[in-house]
Formats: sequence, C-alpha cells, structure tokens
Amino acid sequence: MGILINKDTRLLVQGITGSVGSFQTEQMQDFGTNVVAGVTPGKGGSKLNGVPVFDSVADAVDAAKPDASVIFVPPRFAADAIYEACDSGIELIVCITEGIPVHDMMRVCAYIENSSSKLIGPNCPGITTPGESKIGIMPNPIHSPGNVGLVSRSGTLTYEIIDMLSKGGIGQSTSVGIGGDPVTGTSFIEVLELFEEDPKTHAVVMVGEIGGTAEQDAIDLIKQMSKPVIAYVVGVSAPPGKTMGHAGAIVSAGGGTALAKIRAFENAGVTVGRSPDDIVRILKNIL
Amino acid sequence: MMLDEHAAKDIFSKYGIPVPQSSMIEDAEDAKDCAMRLGKVVLKAQVASGGRGKAGGILTAATPQEAVQNARRILGMSIKGLRVKKLLVEEYVKPEKEMYLGITIDRKERCPIIIACSEGGMDIEEVARTSPENILRLHIDPLTGVHDYQARVISQFLDKGNTALADIIMKLYRVFTDNDCTLAEINPLALTARGVLALDAKMVIDDNALFRQKFTEEEEDTPSATARKNGMSYVALDGDIGCIVNGAGLAMAMLDMIKEYGGEAANFMDVRAGANEEQMKLAMHVVSSNTNVKAIVINIFGGITKCDEVARGIIDSGVKVPIVIRLTGTNEEKGHRMLEENGMILVSTSEEAAREAVALGHSHK
Repeated sequence: MGILINKDTRLLVQGITGSVGSFQTEQMQDFGTNVVAGVTPGKGGSKLNGVPVFDSVADAVDAAKPDASVIFVPPRFAADAIYEACDSGIELIVCITEGIPVHDMMRVCAYIENSSSKLIGPNCPGITTPGESKIGIMPNPIHSPGNVGLVSRSGTLTYEIIDMLSKGGIGQSTSVGIGGDPVTGTSFIEVLELFEEDPKTHAVVMVGEIGGTAEQDAIDLIKQMSKPVIAYVVGVSAPPGKTMGHAGAIVSAGGGTALAKIRAFENAGVTVGRSPDDIVRILKNIL
Repeated sequence: MMLDEHAAKDIFSKYGIPVPQSSMIEDAEDAKDCAMRLGKVVLKAQVASGGRGKAGGILTAATPQEAVQNARRILGMSIKGLRVKKLLVEEYVKPEKEMYLGITIDRKERCPIIIACSEGGMDIEEVARTSPENILRLHIDPLTGVHDYQARVISQFLDKGNTALADIIMKLYRVFTDNDCTLAEINPLALTARGVLALDAKMVIDDNALFRQKFTEEEEDTPSATARKNGMSYVALDGDIGCIVNGAGLAMAMLDMIKEYGGEAANFMDVRAGANEEQMKLAMHVVSSNTNVKAIVINIFGGITKCDEVARGIIDSGVKVPIVIRLTGTNEEKGHRMLEENGMILVSTSEEAAREAVALGHSHK
C-alpha cells in the first residue's frame, strides 16, 4: 500500500536520454521501479538500459501502457512535456525539473485542473514507496518500509529526515516531495487527504518552508484527521526574501514567515518538531 | 529580479500606460537643466528596493538650485545597502486622487490576482488590515487573461463612474504576462489634471524566466553575485558561523539549528546539486571572505555527490578557520579519510554539526 505509487506502477520517463534522465532511470530500476518506456523526441526506436525509447508520449502510451510519468526535461521545455503527458491521459505526472517560469506553471495548473491527470512538482524530488516503487531522484539507500507518511516542500532536507527516520527504526509508507516552487500541481492538503485514507499510514510528517501560506492552509484538515501529524517548518532564522511588494504581503497577510507558520500550528494544537532529531523523538513516543 | 523605477516606467510607457515626463541623471549638476525644462520636480533615487521614501531617497524641488542641492543629497546615499548611483528627475504632477493597482501571483489559487485599492500611497498593507472592504481582490484565469468586464468592475471600484481606468488595467495585465512578472505594481496610480498617471512603477521579474526576457542585471562584484554566477545562492547574515549546505531547505534548517544551540550563522549558502571540487573551493572562498567568520560548518547530504571531490575542494581552498563537516554520498570513506588527515572535524548528523560549529565558534572568539 502507501499512496500514489506501488509495485504495479508502470512508469514512463520523459527526457530519458539526457544525463540526469538516464542516470536516474537506472537508479529507479535498481530500486525496483517498473520503467516501461522513455521519451526523447528524435530518439525513438533506441533503448536505454533495456527501456524502449519513443518519439512522443502518445507512441509510448500505445506501446507500453504507462500510468505514471516522470519529467527530466530542461526548464524551457518542461511545461510542454507536462501538457503532452496530460493530453495522452497519463494519470500521475511527476515533474522533477527545477527553474520553470511561474507563468508557465500557472497555465499548466489551470489546464491540468480540467483533466484527469494529477501533477506532483515541479522542482521536487518525487515520490517513494519503500519496497515497492520510486519515481524521482531521492537517494535509494535512505528509505525503509513502515507506517509513517512524509510530505515535504524541500529536497535535501527531505532526504535528511527520511534518513533519520530509517536510522531511528521508523519506516515510511510513502514519502512525497511536492516541490518548493510558488506554484505547484499538488498541495499539502491533497497529500494529507491521501495519507488519511491509506490504511498503511499511521502518522504523517509534514515539512514546510518560508513563503506562501500552504502550511496554514492545511491546518483545518489536520484538525479533522484521525492520524497524528507532526509539522516541521524551517527558515526561522532565514534572511528575509526578495521584496514582493505590497501585493505579495496582502496576499499572504503576514503568514509567509517560518515563525508565523509555527505559531499557527501551535495555536491549532498541531505538534511541531524543532529539528529532524526531534521529529524522530516525537514519533517514537506516539507510535 | 526587481527592476528600478525608471526601467519599469519605460516598459509602462511602451504599453501605453501614461507616466510623468522625466530624465535620468548620474551627476547632480544635471538636475539644473532638467528642472529648468520640467518646472517643479521630484528627485527619486533609482535603487531596486522598497522604502526609498522613508530612507530620504525621494525629495521635491521647486527651483533648479534646490534640485541640484537635493540631487547631491540623494546621489551617494545608501538605501538598504544599495548605493544610489542614478537619479530620476521627474516633473511634479499634483495628484487629485491616489489609488493602488497591483498584480501578483496567488500561490494558493495558482493564478494571477489583481489587487486594487481606492486609497493609494504608502500604507496599503495597513488599509488591508484595518479596512479590508476598501480593497478589491480579483483572481484571473491564466488561460484567458483579464476579461473586459473584470477590468470595468475594477475601474468602477477604484473611482466610481470612471471607465477610463479599465484600459490601464488591461495594459498592466499585458505588462505582467509579457514580461514574466511576479509583481507589477502602480502605487500611486493618480488622477491628475492631465488625466491618469502612474506616479510610481514596480516590476519584479521571475528569475526562472530570464532566459526568455531581455533584462540584464548590473554586474556586481559582491559575494552574492559571485555565488549566483556559479549556480549557488549566498546571503550574508550577522553571525559568525559560516555555512555551506546543499539544498535551500537543509540550508535553512542548519541556520535554525545553529540558533537552537545558541549561535548565529554568518551566512546562508546553498551550493545546490553542484557540489564538486571547484564549486566547494569557490564556496569556501565566498564564505570565508566575511571576516566575522570564526568557524565554518559544511553539510552536504548527497546521494550521488562524490565525497572525495568535495573533500579535495575543501582542503585545496586553504581556508584556515576551524571546520566541521557532515558529508555523505559515494566514496564517503575516502573523503572522510582525507578530511581527517587534514585535521577537520567530521560528524554524522546535521544537529551534531550545528552543535560542534557553535562550540568551535565560541572557543575562537
């Protein structure tokens, strides 16, 4: 079990012949992911590490019937790759690419909303269900199967926490990186809802950062959940970000700082971890 | 990337948003000619920062002599750490009514949002808190853009009976999308005897979109600029513990942990995924260029990072301050051995790294 992906997931890799795409494809195969096809326009007919490569997502779908896709194409082509996966009916699209213009992402998200596809990312490390399947770039050795779900906006900090959990004897049901960009396809709320429904998940760790109010937006849901959620927010001593003018301040209403997020969690009675070690301590007490 | 007012007003003009007449000067003496041509003028420091008015970077002048005097005062001052090198000399236009119009991104709704307020000026955020009914927020579908009726609604809200503002709203939205803005703001948008004028202009461009936009940043010779040019991110802070970390989230977590142990970080530094020998060497030089640094903590959590390369970069940098290192990845043992042979302290978790670095910083004061 776990959420979003499992051992039956059939994965397509968009941008499979690039340096990152080819390396990460091998890593995912080593982890046990069933990579059924790859796409690189112009490279159709070749093979990479035993995986057939196609010129288009439509061709790959016809031949290999993938139900998920991971995107490793450069920022200027990434939005197009997401549209292509969506138009071919891929149910789960995970976009790893960092540096996609936010205007592209606003249009992509509006487009995806009217489809049956779900987008994770961009600028995210992907999804791992230990012992079953991995989509993305999280390092293979850090995971261990278990009952804690993890959802995070971060990259390396996510690895750090997964590693600490595993070393502390706490396995994970699924770890999901939703991405650190201002506009992402999936929010904390949607992932928390999936964890609440998942019988294998007994508790959830949620890792937030400064900027926006995505953390606070999840509080009402967390209060209704039957499973404990431990929140961790970094950036208390981070330098103030670039000025977003008055408009940005009005939209976030002062909620963008780490302290504002931590206070909102504490006021709502949500357990807040102070460090990765602290998260492990808290989980050991409640599990 | 934030544009200065002059650059933003140039773009506004090209899109047909009316702005006052102005000239850009770098020499205070040139203010005289401008004032003779424009009459009463406003002198405005051109730095890409908010809070210019409060810092004394905006002054009016009724005569050419006063214009030169005030230009001298502003040129050469620093606003939020930025030296003022350019001055915009603008005709003074008396506003009959000041309004606010801004477009930014609503992260939660994943779309542009137009914010309008019938009272412009400095404290728009205060208005948002105290009398939110005076602020209109309108979400825009990014696939269709602003509809005419929406622009009319905003126009009416800003100034009852006025439909001329709808045109400005449509134009500002085009500025926002064509230029990949994360913010396009007019504050104040003024009604004057000469019609509607954008008395100030602020544009922030999405750094991720600079590959398809023509904006170029001024070449700076600062540690932040050096880091940025090499794909890293550096921000100086007030403490004495230098930090080098891969990943912004983990880097922020390090700053927080250092604080938990009673220390203060000297900087934020994210070396991103490129933690190799050259990157590390450069990162070491950037961080140690801050003379407050008493100790450096390095935290590289990599799946595919080559630890021996990272170790080589740290050692070859020749930096002399005490160093605490947490390093994982491939060739880990080799990298660790190299560092230990060079007398560096190795730890296995982030929290230990923070604790050790704070202890080192204290013992070297």
